[in-house]
Amino acid sequence: MDFRISEERQMLSDMLRRFWGNDPMLEARNAAVYEAPYQVPGVWAQLAELGVFGAFLSEDEGGFGGTAEDVVVVFEEAGRALSAEPLLGQLLVMRLLAGLGRADLLEEMVAGATRGALAFAEPALSVDLSRTAATAARRGDGWVLNGRKSAIYGGPGADVLLVTARTDAGLGLFLLRDAPLIEAAMVDGGGIAELVMEDLAAECLAEDAAPPVEAALDLGRIALCSEAVGAMDMLTAMTVDYLKQRRQFGRPLASFQALQHRVVDMVMEGEQARSIVIRAMASYGTPDQARHVAMAKNLLGRVAPHVAEEAIQLHGGIGMTWEYPGSHYAKRLVLLDHQLGDRRDHALRLMRMCAPDAGAVSRPVTARTPESQTA
Amino acid sequence: MDLDFTAEEQAFRKHVREVIRGELPREISDKVLQGRGLTKEDIECWQAILNRHGWLATTWPAEFGGPGWSVVERHIFNEECALASAPRIVTFGLVMLGPVLIKFGTKEQQDHYLPRILDGRDWWCQGYSEPGAGSDLAGLKTRAVRDGDTYVINGQKTWTTLGQHANWIFCLVRTATEGKPQDGISFVLVDVNSPGVEMRPIKLIDGSKEVNEVFFTDVRVPVTNLVGEENKGWTIAKYLLTHERTNIAGVGHSTKDLEKFRKLAAEIERDGEKVADNPLYAMRAAELEADLEAMRVTNLRLLADASSGAAEGHRSSLLKIKGTQIRQELQNLYRSALGSAAALDADDLSENELAVPVEAARAAPVYFNHRKLSIYGGSNEIQRNIVAKELFRE
Repeated sequence: MDFRISEERQMLSDMLRRFWGNDPMLEARNAAVYEAPYQVPGVWAQLAELGVFGAFLSEDEGGFGGTAEDVVVVFEEAGRALSAEPLLGQLLVMRLLAGLGRADLLEEMVAGATRGALAFAEPALSVDLSRTAATAARRGDGWVLNGRKSAIYGGPGADVLLVTARTDAGLGLFLLRDAPLIEAAMVDGGGIAELVMEDLAAECLAEDAAPPVEAALDLGRIALCSEAVGAMDMLTAMTVDYLKQRRQFGRPLASFQALQHRVVDMVMEGEQARSIVIRAMASYGTPDQARHVAMAKNLLGRVAPHVAEEAIQLHGGIGMTWEYPGSHYAKRLVLLDHQLGDRRDHALRLMRMCAPDAGAVSRPVTARTPESQTA
Repeated sequence: MDLDFTAEEQAFRKHVREVIRGELPREISDKVLQGRGLTKEDIECWQAILNRHGWLATTWPAEFGGPGWSVVERHIFNEECALASAPRIVTFGLVMLGPVLIKFGTKEQQDHYLPRILDGRDWWCQGYSEPGAGSDLAGLKTRAVRDGDTYVINGQKTWTTLGQHANWIFCLVRTATEGKPQDGISFVLVDVNSPGVEMRPIKLIDGSKEVNEVFFTDVRVPVTNLVGEENKGWTIAKYLLTHERTNIAGVGHSTKDLEKFRKLAAEIERDGEKVADNPLYAMRAAELEADLEAMRVTNLRLLADASSGAAEGHRSSLLKIKGTQIRQELQNLYRSALGSAAALDADDLSENELAVPVEAARAAPVYFNHRKLSIYGGSNEIQRNIVAKELFRE
């Protein structure tokens, strides 16, 4: 048992914390990320220089990391800084291209010169890839895609778009450049896109890529959970500071037990969140991966919005303002749960794995009504 | 990072598991599994077995009869005991008084009392809480007045767990009334059979009698029964609150309780469907399992820190809160799963007469009994105060 991280990763973590760790950066962030191009000018190139994208690949793949631990380190710091840079899309695409041996595309991505995004979700598909409705068909020497893709994180400005669509062989993976994206801001900052495909010509990367897409998405979930841990840490610390400073009834808010105990619960959930991320990270690539990742995303989907809501409440009116940095952290912590499957999607994944006849066939669970899942 | 136990630790687990499962009498583990009360003899029997292996006083240094285990080995042992449905050892002599005597006692006190704790000649209970001093323990009023070579004790203690079996009680008593309340408290050992000591059982919410009130009327105790210095008892009380709390989360108990729920849910049906297939139950169980898995890692992180000598700090308080929340919620889920059957008092029914598996028959009383977890050992609110004090320190 050893919970220390390696020296190299500690260096990467320290470097990122120094890079991101100042207030003007957050001001610049809030000024930039709620409208196109949804990024802080110059930051992407600097992240590349710091080696962030190299951390997503192993040495064989042209990087210096490539493990879940590297991903956790990068995203925790991104979470602390509330970065809205499109790191998630880049990570997902780099892992998929690495799996396919596309070194030609990866070199540019490590350098940050090429940006990627993954289009797998659909209006009626959250985590169950077997429900993919978009289709791919051969047309002449190539392929054309039809259907609608949703929630493409980092879509705006992406140079390379990977798209999943049904083929005769299974879940195909396709590459698009200059895709006709419908672009928008995320409510918590950053760019997101939708894609309507009507006989859209695309390059086929693999006719069945379901297992690697699933693996990449699980890594993306670990990344999001780690981002949430970083953001929760910061927001809880901001709340503690605020309660110490703010005085009412002639004394600091920090002296009121009703408020103290709520902050203690935020800290406790933060510890639980960190623990489950460590668990999922250590299980990545093992037979326990799906179970522990689902646990992590489910747990974070419960505690991160709780911390966000408590932080807003404990700050009072200030927590409701756009000007206060904490409100942006709160938005991130709530909307993280909507990405790559929410707490209920992942509870259902866990339920399937724990069902008495699990193991025989992975039986689709039919939930009765949405309300029935919230008990 | 590495979450796995070492090969040696895994071998240790295998060894203790084999010994525990081989030696623990089935009739005793059945009682624990079924939530039925244990007799004094049951507990003494199990403790004698552990003592034979040198595994009874797991937190004592080897020179005093401890097994010399690391914190990780102790954790593994505790987990295995819970998984095997072994009785909890009675902590008052073994986990509380023993370490206190080792740290604060005289050589004579150590030589006299420690072996008697190990071999079961003495059964210790605790005289801390009073009717007017619970969470605010320093407000205790039981007086010990010096009269030559003896203290004369008058007052009342309460919530004395298993005091009905005890022949000795360690007490916090007031030996001074000036200054801060904490500064006038002493730690004294009292023979329960002394004239003037009266033990009365308190019947609890589940019908059990595991706690008592203890009345002291002019009880004479030799001053040699003082542990540490007079008026320094609070230091000892605080030492106990921070000593060896890495086992506080009860991970083994929760693991066992979740396993019990899964087994029951796969067996019983309601309205044509196994409880396990009901998404309302399955979802609660799935989320609790995630909470438990996270707590297991939180516990391991604390163990890793403790192994490298880092202070437990407030994290053991967080573990206590979260650990007891999970345990209570598991009891809640288990009781709920039984539906109408949970309302039936099963104590006088035989296994054949029961409509539910025998280990589930006492689910409701056991659930009520478990409400104590968030109250005792420093209530969860006191634990939050401890954490808040550290968080909001200027």
